[in-house]
Amino acid sequence: MEEIIQKVKNLSVGFKSQKGHEISILKNITTNIKKGETVGIVGESGSGKSTLALAMMGYVKQGLFTMDGECIFNSSDLLKMENRELEKIRGRKIAMIPQNAGQSLTPNLKIGYQIDEALKLHTKLNKSERDNKTSELLNKVRLPSPETIALRYPHELSGGQQQRVAVGMALAGNPDLLLLDEPTTGLDVTTQAHVLELLNFIAKDTGTSMVYVSHDLGAIAQVSDRIIVMYSGEIVLEGPARDILKQPVHPYTYGLLKSIPKLSLAGLPDSMPGSQPQPGMIQKGCSFYDRCNFAEDKCKKNSPNLEYVSELKTSVRCFNYKKLIEKKNDKNTKIKRNEKNIKINEILNLTDVSISYAKQKFLDQILNKITDTNPTVKDINININKGETLALVGESGSGKSTILKSIAGLLRTKEGKIKFDKDKILSNDLKKRNSSNLRAIQLIFQNPDESLNPNHTVEEILAQPLKLYFGLSGEELKKNIIELLEKVRLGKFYMTRYPRQLSGGEKQRVAVARAFAAKPDIILCDEVTSALDVSVQAAVLNLLQKLKEDFGTTYIFVSHDLAVVRAISDRVAVLYQGRLCEIGPSKNVYQFPSHPYTEVLLGAVLEPDPDIKPKLVAEDVVEERPPEKGCCFQGRCPRILGDKCKNETPPWQIGDNGNAIRCHISVEELKKNQI
Amino acid sequence: MEINKISEFKKKSIFFKISEVLVTMASKPSGFIGLSILVFHILLAFVSPYLAPYDFKAIDPSLMLQAPSSEYWFGTDSLGRDVFTRTIMGGRTALTITFFGSLIALLWGGLLGIFCGLVGGKIDDVVMRIVDAFLSIPWILAMLLIVSLLGTSTEVLIPALGFFYGKGIVRVARAATHDVIAKDFIISARARGHSNLSIIWNEIIPNVRDAILVEGAMRWSWMLLGFSSLSFLGFGVSPPTPDWGLMISNARGLMSFAYWAVIAPIVGLSSLIIGINLTADAFAKALGIDRSTKAPV
Amino acid sequence: MFFLIIKRILLGLITLIIVSLITFAGTEVLPGDACTTYLEREAYGAALEACYERLGLNIPAHERYLSWAYNVVQGDFGYSLSGQMPINEVLGPRVKNSMVLASAAIIIGIPIALILGIVTALWRDKLPDITISTVTIFAMTIPEFISATLLILVVAIWLEWLPGIVIVPTDVTITELLPNIILPVIAIAMIMTAHMARMVRSSVIQVMASDYVQMAILKGVPYWKMVFKHVLPNALLPAINVVALTIAWLLGGVVVTEVVFNYPGLGRLVIESISNRDLPTVQALAIILASIYVSINLIADLLTLMLNPRLKTLQIRK
Repeated sequence: MEEIIQKVKNLSVGFKSQKGHEISILKNITTNIKKGETVGIVGESGSGKSTLALAMMGYVKQGLFTMDGECIFNSSDLLKMENRELEKIRGRKIAMIPQNAGQSLTPNLKIGYQIDEALKLHTKLNKSERDNKTSELLNKVRLPSPETIALRYPHELSGGQQQRVAVGMALAGNPDLLLLDEPTTGLDVTTQAHVLELLNFIAKDTGTSMVYVSHDLGAIAQVSDRIIVMYSGEIVLEGPARDILKQPVHPYTYGLLKSIPKLSLAGLPDSMPGSQPQPGMIQKGCSFYDRCNFAEDKCKKNSPNLEYVSELKTSVRCFNYKKLIEKKNDKNTKIKRNEKNIKINEILNLTDVSISYAKQKFLDQILNKITDTNPTVKDINININKGETLALVGESGSGKSTILKSIAGLLRTKEGKIKFDKDKILSNDLKKRNSSNLRAIQLIFQNPDESLNPNHTVEEILAQPLKLYFGLSGEELKKNIIELLEKVRLGKFYMTRYPRQLSGGEKQRVAVARAFAAKPDIILCDEVTSALDVSVQAAVLNLLQKLKEDFGTTYIFVSHDLAVVRAISDRVAVLYQGRLCEIGPSKNVYQFPSHPYTEVLLGAVLEPDPDIKPKLVAEDVVEERPPEKGCCFQGRCPRILGDKCKNETPPWQIGDNGNAIRCHISVEELKKNQI
Repeated sequence: MEINKISEFKKKSIFFKISEVLVTMASKPSGFIGLSILVFHILLAFVSPYLAPYDFKAIDPSLMLQAPSSEYWFGTDSLGRDVFTRTIMGGRTALTITFFGSLIALLWGGLLGIFCGLVGGKIDDVVMRIVDAFLSIPWILAMLLIVSLLGTSTEVLIPALGFFYGKGIVRVARAATHDVIAKDFIISARARGHSNLSIIWNEIIPNVRDAILVEGAMRWSWMLLGFSSLSFLGFGVSPPTPDWGLMISNARGLMSFAYWAVIAPIVGLSSLIIGINLTADAFAKALGIDRSTKAPV
Repeated sequence: MFFLIIKRILLGLITLIIVSLITFAGTEVLPGDACTTYLEREAYGAALEACYERLGLNIPAHERYLSWAYNVVQGDFGYSLSGQMPINEVLGPRVKNSMVLASAAIIIGIPIALILGIVTALWRDKLPDITISTVTIFAMTIPEFISATLLILVVAIWLEWLPGIVIVPTDVTITELLPNIILPVIAIAMIMTAHMARMVRSSVIQVMASDYVQMAILKGVPYWKMVFKHVLPNALLPAINVVALTIAWLLGGVVVTEVVFNYPGLGRLVIESISNRDLPTVQALAIILASIYVSINLIADLLTLMLNPRLKTLQIRK
């Protein structure tokens, strides 16, 4: 039998509400972690997954308390242990790799000190041995020149480097169990793939058990042997990773997997209705009842138990899981997007646009000299047709949001023209744009918590554009607001609510409704789904698609998520360091030949499928500024030719599938190497 | 969230919001004590002229420095005036002047702060430099100078106090505006093309209001402290008007044998300041603002 | 870094220049001038002329400001009206006496505030926190003149432990002064300590809730080591500036306390020169007090700059 290293038994963790009720956020969790295995715990925000991981270290956050159950490690219950004993286990037997390493490294202590501290606490090495070990650890997590890194402060490292330091620090005590709490969330796509690869290597190399907590099934699929799916504080499904990903027998997991956009499939993913209930809302019955397609009366009255199904080697918390087994041949039926609306009718045109964040010096401003020869965004030429969805894709620092802001007039362009509706030139000064041009272009932001005024009701929020552009008031205004709410599938009783009383998905719907209130021609979407949970994201994407078809709106859709872009866009523009690398119809951009950067990006995408492994083509170095001359991607390009790439700006060339690639390597050459 | 209870989400009227905040404040013991003391003092200020058993300015040398008795509950002072009468009336001037002073401070400080936070750049720099310079003159020196040159009338004291205690509010309002202005909902309103005035009124003020009000409440207690210090130094209310600061100052020299004449106004003033302070604290907590990180400048 | 320091110093100087302008303009704008306010009803004829002559009030305001500022930069504040002597001579011993008082309050107050703040934060919502926090609220809100009066009443009059009133000449030596300052120092330190303790408390609580402290716990760092290595350096850094503001605020409290105890310092001089309508002295006091305020803040700024690794490494990254 495999050795069990941690046993969680009937664990319930909760908090006391203001009215004094005990509300549980973890309910009756029982599971075992075996030696050498990697367990993925997946769930949406608020599912209790991080609380569970922390409890496995005997740590319960302030405000929470253990209601029942135990976490047994080495035959003693961590939750009942004295702090002094826990100090000998934490970092030595069980180590944690936190979500946001940038905030989890103490800002006033050097990297070297923080690793040395862990070594001092958990090993018997002397000073010089510890110094060597520190370098060795930094080397192991593949940080360049460990000696200099050790002398740095955390804020001097990039996000990926900070995360690697956190991994190195966790390995210092040579732990038997590693807990990883969303270790790659917030990192760029390529960095994420690299960190995951490192973690996989470490798991094999050291043989430690790992518990990998994430909301991202793509990441979970790459690392886990076994998967635990959590929903509303309960385990709803637990079993071997492959079986769960290939044949999910719980309706939630089934829906979740279907709602994730995939690179391999064009079109929009299926959406799941509603959102996860708040802790304490479900008194009896199955917590997934409201959103379940297979629900019956008994599901509302009785809570299903976690039941072990031996033929599947899986535990499932559902009365009707057998129905899902029967459904296994059901192929992914994606909603076909209606592409008829796209007329070859230009609505927005960007010519030679460049944008600079550098402030002009006073003297240069007077002399009207252009000082910044290397602006943040440069040489952007894009035509956007009426009714199409153009996606701007790239990692952080690619300038995609910058371009969006300058189209909206929020950032001044340094050079170039933005033309709207063929002949109307949009001023780069927001104040000089006329009302009808302002109305024609609307924005939807990433985070609805920030884009909706917390002190306004939904009614007041939606009234603003209606009053401003159409001068509506009274009954007319109210009627319009109700119509708008219906368009985004919210009832009229939402009018009197404040944003804090809405769920994330509902808030984003209000933001969508506000944009559509202006009856715009173009809507600029800035990472509109990245703050949302996966199951909610699909619903918002579907809504955007439906509205676009109804109103013939044009979208410019900025995202770092290539799979989401694949799902919603007609055309894709790939950006690196503020320069265009490739642009073309989305189905073609996702095929080879591609620009080497597109190739790197596509290779790093994590699919929720254990059979599709990411391909790591280039290093994940972070470049602070675009190069002065030559190709923008020269610093990281795996196919770099030499001086030509460093000195000459590459030409545009049209691939045989219609996408334009800006590269010195010929299309034929790229095709040969990439396929 | 339960969506059937529509009534629960009716748009709340301003009175409802105020009563909601008051209930939250009173639900904690410290907030309850603070509120009760404050309410007690305010009521007392209104009714004390009718409650007073004696004339506050009636001097009677034959009754000098009488110890507390059933006739003179808190004894009499060095001029033979009833200390009880003067104590219950001693907060009226201070409360009125500091209340209106705080309102003035709130108004000019809040508006200037929002303005600076909004425009930023050079104008903001210059204004903040000047505010900093004012902050670096000790308030007591500045107040004493103004009062000694312009006199101690209410028309001088209220604006002068309001001016000097508004400086701090400028900083708070400016910082709060800075925080809000970077938020997407402001950017969204700008991108839609709303006018600056409409952005200030609809988007900024509702979001900085709480921070400014809390700061104002806090200023009130400090202003009371400052005002009574002025009175104590002889630059506040002119005699024979009863005022705690002045009463303490007058009775101080004789306290070795008539401590009651000092103790009564001390209790009056201390309780009022503590009451306002606890209330401001509870107010801040009810609105979700941490006020303990701020310096008392 | 070097540039930043120069910038801070320049900003401080600009503040002082503005202060001098404000005080100068203030005394110009307000009704009456130094002579009429000083001479009051005798402000006519020869006496007024003589006064104008002596103070140079005959020449235009801006020239007067420049020559005054020129002298001030060289450390000469001119003549006091009431004392009929150079202001420098009046100020010298007063500054020394007030400094003794204020530094004693600071030296006693800061360590106590730190300890109280840290204790209340670490035992948050437990008995030590509840007791200390309640006491600090009282200590913080009660004006200096009340606490000073009560101290005299209880310690000096009822218990007769210490002298209640300071009766010493202005040019007293420090050793003679020390036994007299115990009560004034307690009165001043109380309100300041309470304020600082509260700020330290909330700063420590904030850091205790940070991700990196949770990480340190999960790393197995023993509690007190965590407090001293991971919590305090980060919690006390932002507190430095706030503490500086509190100290600067204490200057106002010093004035009142000095009056209560009859202490021969700057504070009493403020009251005396204002009662005597001695505007040149008032101007000098404003400049001196403002410079103290500015330099305390400058020191705090520089300390923060030196201790904060983020700012310390600024030039390395460039």
